Amino acid sequence: MKKISFTFLILGLLALIVGAIFGTLAGIQYIKPDFLKEVIAFNKMRPFHVSTVIGWIILCATGGIYYYLTNVLNLKLFSKKLAGAHLILFILSAVAIYVSFATGKMGGREYFAYAPLISVPILIGWILFGINYFKTVPKQVKGWPVYLWMWGTGIAFMIYHIGETNLWMIPYFRENFIRDITVQWKSYGSLAGCWNMLVYGTAIFLMSKIKNDDNVGRGRKTFFFYFLGLFNLMLGWAHHTYIIPNQPWIRILSYGASMTEWIIFISIIIDWKKSLSAEKKELNSMSYKFLMATDFWVFFNLIIALLISIPYINLFTHGTHITVAHSMGTTIGINTTILLASLFYIVNKEGKELLDKYRKIIKLGFWFFNISLGVFLICLLLGGVEKSIWMYFTDEPSSFGQMQDKIQPYMYVFLAAGFGLLAGILMVAVPMLNVLMKKSK
Amino acid sequence: MISLVIMFVIYNTVVYTQGTSNETPKMSEQAIKGEQLYQENNCTACHQFYGLGGYLGPDLTNVISQKNKGPAYVKAFLNSGIKTMPKFNFTEEEKDALTQFLTEVDQTGYYPNKDAETSASGWVGIKYKNR
Ligand code: HEC
Repeated sequence: MKKISFTFLILGLLALIVGAIFGTLAGIQYIKPDFLKEVIAFNKMRPFHVSTVIGWIILCATGGIYYYLTNVLNLKLFSKKLAGAHLILFILSAVAIYVSFATGKMGGREYFAYAPLISVPILIGWILFGINYFKTVPKQVKGWPVYLWMWGTGIAFMIYHIGETNLWMIPYFRENFIRDITVQWKSYGSLAGCWNMLVYGTAIFLMSKIKNDDNVGRGRKTFFFYFLGLFNLMLGWAHHTYIIPNQPWIRILSYGASMTEWIIFISIIIDWKKSLSAEKKELNSMSYKFLMATDFWVFFNLIIALLISIPYINLFTHGTHITVAHSMGTTIGINTTILLASLFYIVNKEGKELLDKYRKIIKLGFWFFNISLGVFLICLLLGGVEKSIWMYFTDEPSSFGQMQDKIQPYMYVFLAAGFGLLAGILMVAVPMLNVLMKKSK
Repeated sequence: MISLVIMFVIYNTVVYTQGTSNETPKMSEQAIKGEQLYQENNCTACHQFYGLGGYLGPDLTNVISQKNKGPAYVKAFLNSGIKTMPKFNFTEEEKDALTQFLTEVDQTGYYPNKDAETSASGWVGIKYKNR
């Protein structure tokens, strides 16, 4: 089983590296329109980047969950064969997605830019994961800690919402543009909620293991937070669609729901940090360090997320780079730091001695990563403010091209920060990849 | 657990029906063909509707009804390969379909919603096009 978990993790790391490279190439195209235009134009480069980095989050979270179930919680997996089939389906889907982009046979929906048929094997993969999970955990664990609930919830809703994402193929949805675009973004918001369940579940799992205290994943407050997360997964998506002329009650519900999230999560991390002894920190120092970075980025994103969920502010920030700052802040700052922490935990357990010789470069990478990310996000925020002023506060708006030229300086710094981020990722990911490859032999 | 599932089913059903009802007529066959072209060429990598999509190009929600723009303007753009926009080779028929799609999207509402009513509670009442 270790081999299967490791393959997920190795592929996940590769996806992180390749996805970051696509990201920087796309960044160059932002500034130099003709860069690689004939080879991989931006309408292909962007989905290459987006699909690959989503692959990173999904593969690494999945590999981690398989590993933790079987190697840390020591459960006997219901079926290794199903897990193997899950892995193979995901690998085939990844290949099919790349072929779909390379040949230009695209589905062209945001985030699901590949040929729509590829959603079928992906969906089956999730169903297999679900069967395995729910045949394994309930039988062997009584009184689930919250992370087991979160993983199970994430998998179950993922299956539903991947289906929902494809509802547009039914004429009833497709013929009504407003219905189509609302349901499309409903499913995206909820899908992000699903992987957050998987990833935050992993964060809580790690905290409880690093601290060696099972209570971290238990207690009234923790479960209160879980239900809030679930509530937001179901209702909170609509801040993507405040501006779409659907019915106002959708927005009212979502506005209410969005205001409740996050605060609980940060309070859990703070509680946990307070009670951690110095000695245990040392044991898992990189894992701990990345979780502390998560803590910082949660705080940063909490502010942005809360602000842009207020309709009055959303009116001006929606459709600008401020939204991108929010999505990059959460996927890179929060999800990626948690998943890197998860990988460090696993690699430390499996081959601490192998990792030790890279300690310096990893530390340097850690700072490269976080500082670059800070600059990256600030550029997006400033670019977004400029665009918002252009959209709403200029009487005789200049052309789109002139507005783009105006934010060009921010985009140069943004690109430089993107390179810094890539460098940081390489310094951290390559050593881990090295160790995992050696250990999976 | 069961009650949670029932609530979820009801909520989704209402979103899929009343919640997303809109006075705009159903999209025509030609417009759906245009939308298909829009998707196959992944225009969304650079363009947005209602601010949703990539930011390398302008939002297209109201490109048909904007001052100094319109169907002829749109058609002229499609195969132009201007700036970052890839050089497409659409036939006349395909251009018509894409333009029809954009025309019908235009009828669904406004973006940016400059005449939205704001209030001190943070609430925004957006302006609807077709009522
Ligand atoms: C790689 C990015 C990219 C892709 C892909 C792309 N465009 Fe564009 N498009 C642009 C840019 C940039 C402009 C603005 C050029 C300017 O005015 O400086 C533009 C302008 C336009 C305009 C004029 C908008 C206006 O308000 O002036 C239309 C219409 C348009 N594109 C339609 C499409 C369609 C339809 C597709 C898909 C078949 C598409 N574009 C694909 C980048 C892109």
